[in-house]
Amino acid sequence: MRNLLTFFLKHQFLSLFILLEIVSAVMLMNSFSYQRMLGFNAASDISGEIYNVYDGMTDYFNLKKQNRQLLNENARLRNALLTSYLPADSNYSEKKDSSFRYIPAIVIHNTVNHVSNFIVLNKGKRQGIQKEMGVLSDKGIAGIIIGVSENYSLAMSLLNIHTHISARIKKDDQLVNVIWNEKHRQRGEVVDIPAHIQLSEDDTIITSGNSFIFPAGLNIGVVHDFEKSKNHSLNKADLQFSTDFNSLHYVYIIKSLDKKEKMKLLEETGDE
Amino acid sequence: MNNVYVKNIVRFVLLMLFQVLVLDTVQFGGYVIPYVYLLFILLLPFDTNKSLLLLLAFVTGLSLDFFENTMGLHAAVVVFIAFARPGVIKFYFPTLEYTKGEEPGLSKLGVTGFLKYAFTLILFHQILLTFLEVFSFHDLFETLSHIFIDALASTLGVLVVAMLFSPRRRRKRRI
Repeated sequence: MRNLLTFFLKHQFLSLFILLEIVSAVMLMNSFSYQRMLGFNAASDISGEIYNVYDGMTDYFNLKKQNRQLLNENARLRNALLTSYLPADSNYSEKKDSSFRYIPAIVIHNTVNHVSNFIVLNKGKRQGIQKEMGVLSDKGIAGIIIGVSENYSLAMSLLNIHTHISARIKKDDQLVNVIWNEKHRQRGEVVDIPAHIQLSEDDTIITSGNSFIFPAGLNIGVVHDFEKSKNHSLNKADLQFSTDFNSLHYVYIIKSLDKKEKMKLLEETGDE
Repeated sequence: MNNVYVKNIVRFVLLMLFQVLVLDTVQFGGYVIPYVYLLFILLLPFDTNKSLLLLLAFVTGLSLDFFENTMGLHAAVVVFIAFARPGVIKFYFPTLEYTKGEEPGLSKLGVTGFLKYAFTLILFHQILLTFLEVFSFHDLFETLSHIFIDALASTLGVLVVAMLFSPRRRRKRRI
C-alpha cells in the first residue's frame, strides 16, 4: 500500500492526468445517446441567466428582422383560420387543437456550428415546461426539450448528432425518419425511404405524429437532393430544414395534453 | 505575486465569456469555431505547478462544457493540452530561461515562437476534439482538412487576442 502511494506521488503528474481523463470520460458517456442526455439534466439557471442578460443586450439589433418574421407568421395563421381545417374522415371527431397547447418562448442562446447544437429558452419548470416537449419555430419544428431548470429550458436542436424524428412524405404519406446530416451540418437527412418511392427536389417532409412529441403535419423541411442507390432497399435524401436556425428567436414549445394517456395505453397493450 | 492570480482570473472570465457568448454563436463561414479560450491555458506562467496546470485545465474545460452542454468533452481535451504543454515547451525551447511568474506569451517567445507553440497544442486539441465528437467518418480526408482549418482558425484567433493584450512597450522592443 505504501509503495503504491509513493509510486503515485512520484508520478503525480501522470496519475493526476489519467484520473482527470477518466473522470471526463465518465461524464462524457452522458452525451452518447438521446436517452442518456435526457437522464442527465444539463439545463441550469446560472448559464440561463448569463445568456438571458447577453440576449437582452444584443436583442435590439435584430428587432426589424424579428418583426418581419412575426408579421409573416400572423399572416399565415390568419390564412389557416379561414380555411378552417377539418380532418378528412368525418367520423373522426377529435378536435385538432385540443390535444396540443403552444407556449411561446424566446431563444436566448443558440448554436449552429457544433456537432451537438442546443437551444436555450427562457421558459422553465415554473412555466410548465417538461422534458420531451417539442420546439416549433414560425417555419417548422426546431428541436426537443431535453432539460429544464426553474426558469429556463434546454432544447436539443435538430442540428444535433442524436436527432431522430419520425416523419412522413407529404405527397404520399409514406413513413420515413429524419436524422442530422453529418456531412452538411446545417442540413438533415431523410432515411429509410422505401425503394419504390421516387422523391424529387422540394418535396415536403412533415412530422408523422407517431412520437407524442410533435403533432402530425408540422413542417420539417424540403428535400434538397435525392439520389436512388442501386444496391440498397432503403434510400436516403438530403433535407433542407424549414426552420432557419441562424435567425431563431421566437418559438413555441408544444405541450401534448394527452401524452400521459397515450403512453399509458401503449404500456398496457405492450404488456399483453 | 497577487498580481499573477488576479490577472489570470480576469483573463479566465473574459476569455470564457468571449468564447461562449460570441465565438460559439457567430458563424465564420461553414462551421468553423475558433477556440480562443485555450489562450488561458497557453498563457499560464512557465513555473505553474504541473498538477495545478492539470486541475486548472480541468476546471476550464468543465466551464466550457457547462455552457455548451457537452459534459466532459472539453474537459477531456483541455486536460490533454495541459498534459502536453510542458513537453511542447521543452521541445521547441530547450534552453529557454524564465523568471518567476513569467508567461509563454508573444513578448517572451516572439511571434514565430509563439505561433509554433500555440499551433502545436491547438492542433492536438482539434484532433482530439473531432475524434471525440464524431465517432464515425464518411471521409477521412475531409475530416483531416476540417481539423486543419479549425486549428488554423483557432490559432489565428488566439494570436489576435494575444496581440491585443500583450503590453505594448515590450512588443516594440522585440521588433
